[in-house]
Amino acid sequence: MNSPVARRHPAALLLLLLGALAVVGTIYALVQTSTEARAAGAPSSQTQVEQGRTLYLEGCSSCHGLAGEGTSVAPSLIGAGAASTHFQVSTGRMPMAQPSVQVERKDPVYDAEQTAALAAYVASLGPGPASPTAEQLDTTNADLARGGELFRTNCAQCHNFAGRGAALTEGKYAPTLMDSTPQQVWEAMLTGPQNMPVFGDGTLNEEDKQDILKYVEHLQAQTQPGGLSLGSFGPVAEGAFLFTLGLGLMAAAAIWIGAKVR
Amino acid sequence: MSEIVRSSQEAPEEPDFTATEHVHHPRRTDVDPRAARRAERQVVILFTLSAVFTIAALAAYVLIPVDAGVALPLAGGVGALNLALGLSFGLAILCIGLGVIHWARKLMPGGEVVAQRHELRSSDEERAEAVAAFERGLADSGFAQRPIIRRSLLGALALMPLPLVIILRDLYTAPEGAPSPAEQLSVTIWGEGIRVVSDVAERPIRPEDVPLGGLVSANPANLHDVEEEDGNLNARAKAAILLVRMRPDEIVSEQGEGWSYQGILAFSKICTHVGCPIALYEQRTHHLLCPCHQSTFDLADSGNVVFGPAARRMPQLPITVDEEGFIVAQSDFQEPVGPSFWERG
Repeated sequence: MNSPVARRHPAALLLLLLGALAVVGTIYALVQTSTEARAAGAPSSQTQVEQGRTLYLEGCSSCHGLAGEGTSVAPSLIGAGAASTHFQVSTGRMPMAQPSVQVERKDPVYDAEQTAALAAYVASLGPGPASPTAEQLDTTNADLARGGELFRTNCAQCHNFAGRGAALTEGKYAPTLMDSTPQQVWEAMLTGPQNMPVFGDGTLNEEDKQDILKYVEHLQAQTQPGGLSLGSFGPVAEGAFLFTLGLGLMAAAAIWIGAKVR
Repeated sequence: MSEIVRSSQEAPEEPDFTATEHVHHPRRTDVDPRAARRAERQVVILFTLSAVFTIAALAAYVLIPVDAGVALPLAGGVGALNLALGLSFGLAILCIGLGVIHWARKLMPGGEVVAQRHELRSSDEERAEAVAAFERGLADSGFAQRPIIRRSLLGALALMPLPLVIILRDLYTAPEGAPSPAEQLSVTIWGEGIRVVSDVAERPIRPEDVPLGGLVSANPANLHDVEEEDGNLNARAKAAILLVRMRPDEIVSEQGEGWSYQGILAFSKICTHVGCPIALYEQRTHHLLCPCHQSTFDLADSGNVVFGPAARRMPQLPITVDEEGFIVAQSDFQEPVGPSFWERG
């Protein structure tokens, strides 16, 4: 009865666990608040560029270099400009999870304010394309029909006539435009991310870009009058899908008709 | 339990295997009246459902406005009227089909019926008779004995397709003095000093308008001067070009010395395989991909084919800049654009 085990109170283990949890929780809360304090307090104490620099050094410099000069794995950001930075960060393409043939859209890591700070910092490295203003993105007076014509001439070859995206070479693809904001579409045209060609203001001026934006907005808001669209990939792919599905259903029906009845 | 097994009456010499193998196993609806009533009820429900769906289709047609949309999960916005019509009318037809088959499977007589298959071969006498008739015909016609008739017939038959070939060849006849089809296919309306204008917007282009990595779909400025029977479609189909810009040190080779301007290259937009207009350009690899059959051209290397069924490189248009600073053509294309044709060899 006097063994060491028996001397412990039955609740000792529980208390120990609670204590450990409390210690870990307190430390975590302390670290958490200090990070938040730094992020939230930044704009008041530092300029936007300096906040962007802090974020850059934490999240981007390991690949793009301490001063945005680029490394063997990532390009230089000097002259990349705010438009390119906002596009890459707000679509979640940067920071990249791992280098691959296709940089994929994902949930953005930084919020709008942080993205703006990063864009301001990259813009401060060297002159580059700027993000569009709210006035430039206003499509109220844009020409939808002309936008469609410009879209089919300049965009549809890769992004598909309905803006749903399509394949490129060697595993690359042009992404769908259904999730893109007008600012992202504008910035993509202006900067040509990844393999997309650059559609500068010299060849597609502001008016042209506004027309295209209006058409993309129209595509995004469009209802499919004929029922389910099957992705708008075109008659061959959709026909093949329906052919396969139809044959499958007919085979199932034939099996049911011919099955032995109990 | 009614057994409708018929043994073969017509071919008594064949083994009678029907009696042992084709015994009717009674269905539950054959032996249990409650199950039969349940099946009957199910069939009636299916037919009634069909009637309900037909009425629903009529109601949908009357009640739902043509332009109404409905948002579905995953599928997005869909026209409400067509969706309702398709679903209701489709289900109405489906329920009739399901009901009929359910009725046949569960309630109609379920016994197996054997229908014997007979040999398809004719009897020996009939076969011999047919051969004899053929040989008699051959001898009577003199096809074998009169070679002059046989040869003249074969000669006449051999000549018969000729008019078809001639008619096809003459589907297009060039007017007096006009260039032949091959000559027409070999030239475009590009020429010395003709400005490059962007497609749709139709603005002349300065070199500084084309950014590094840029792509411009463009046409000749004189496109609207062309008067053809059907607008300027033929001229447009041959003259459409792409302007791309890359760093001059990225250009591996060109089709001619000095055909580019400060890294700006002009290529035909028409695939050399079967003539799809293509602008699917990857600015990093400088590859131009045709989505029709995946022909891929390397614009940094003379537009050579790097993949796909195209047999010829993408023709390059020599360009320079005029005194006002706009991009112009040095001359027409130096080789025919678009797919191959007979006279090109």
